[in-house]
Amino acid sequence: MDNILNQIGIENYIFLSILLFCIGVFGVLYRRNAIIVFMSIEIMLNAVNLLFVAFSTYHQDPKGQVFVFFSMTVAAAEVAVGLAILVSVFRNIGSVDISNLKNLKG
Amino acid sequence: MAPVLIIFYVLAAITLASAFLTIYSRNPIHSAIYLVICMVSIMGHYLLFNAQFLALVQLIVYAGAIMVLFLFTIMLMNLNKEDEVHKPRITRLGAITVLVLLSTVLLLLFRHSKPFFGDYAPIEGDFQSIKKLGTVLLDNKDGFMVPFEFTSVLLLVAMIGAVLLSKKEKQTK
Repeated sequence: MDNILNQIGIENYIFLSILLFCIGVFGVLYRRNAIIVFMSIEIMLNAVNLLFVAFSTYHQDPKGQVFVFFSMTVAAAEVAVGLAILVSVFRNIGSVDISNLKNLKG
Repeated sequence: MAPVLIIFYVLAAITLASAFLTIYSRNPIHSAIYLVICMVSIMGHYLLFNAQFLALVQLIVYAGAIMVLFLFTIMLMNLNKEDEVHKPRITRLGAITVLVLLSTVLLLLFRHSKPFFGDYAPIEGDFQSIKKLGTVLLDNKDGFMVPFEFTSVLLLVAMIGAVLLSKKEKQTK
């Protein structure tokens, strides 16, 4: 059975995942729009999922892919609840700029 | 160069560029569209691994459901204009420094991460077709039946929570 990782190499996937994750971290720190922050979190989750699938193929073990399946479910639930919170915040404050959300500041 | 390697490099370039443009573009709608491109290219990576089930789920869940949710929220809040004020310069500099330092450290850390047991021998037979994954997921003996059921509870709770949170509160006074 011809395996893809013999030709590409697992290191390339590790590097791709690292770069994708760093872009996600950068987005969380750089942007003020809360929706873009959510999108950055999705990018980070996807980077980790990609590495999971890469190692699942590497070890030829389907359990890694089952784990990715669960992680996708949790991501979907997280996005649904998070966007509902954002809608509620927008209704109360009038913007989703995260620098306006400082009611808990001491 | 092997054709698979060329496909990998093209896909990786698309993934990284669209992920960066997601963060960089000012208009949230453009960000959502770039995020769709990013998700679809990650689906291409899954297809390259021959992980068919996850490729389909990635397309349906991420590029379909989550993106519709994002676009719906953006349009609900009427955010499709570019009126975002930038953060103060020191914060932006800090973010760029974090990006550079984190990626440098991680890349150097994993540069020599050669697998411990050398080359592995490919196993004959499939290990990631939809049939096989379903067996692993829902096997009676050592499957993931209980987490699977709890996942449905999690989705139910998330649905109820989302409805409750975004419901308009009645004025009692």
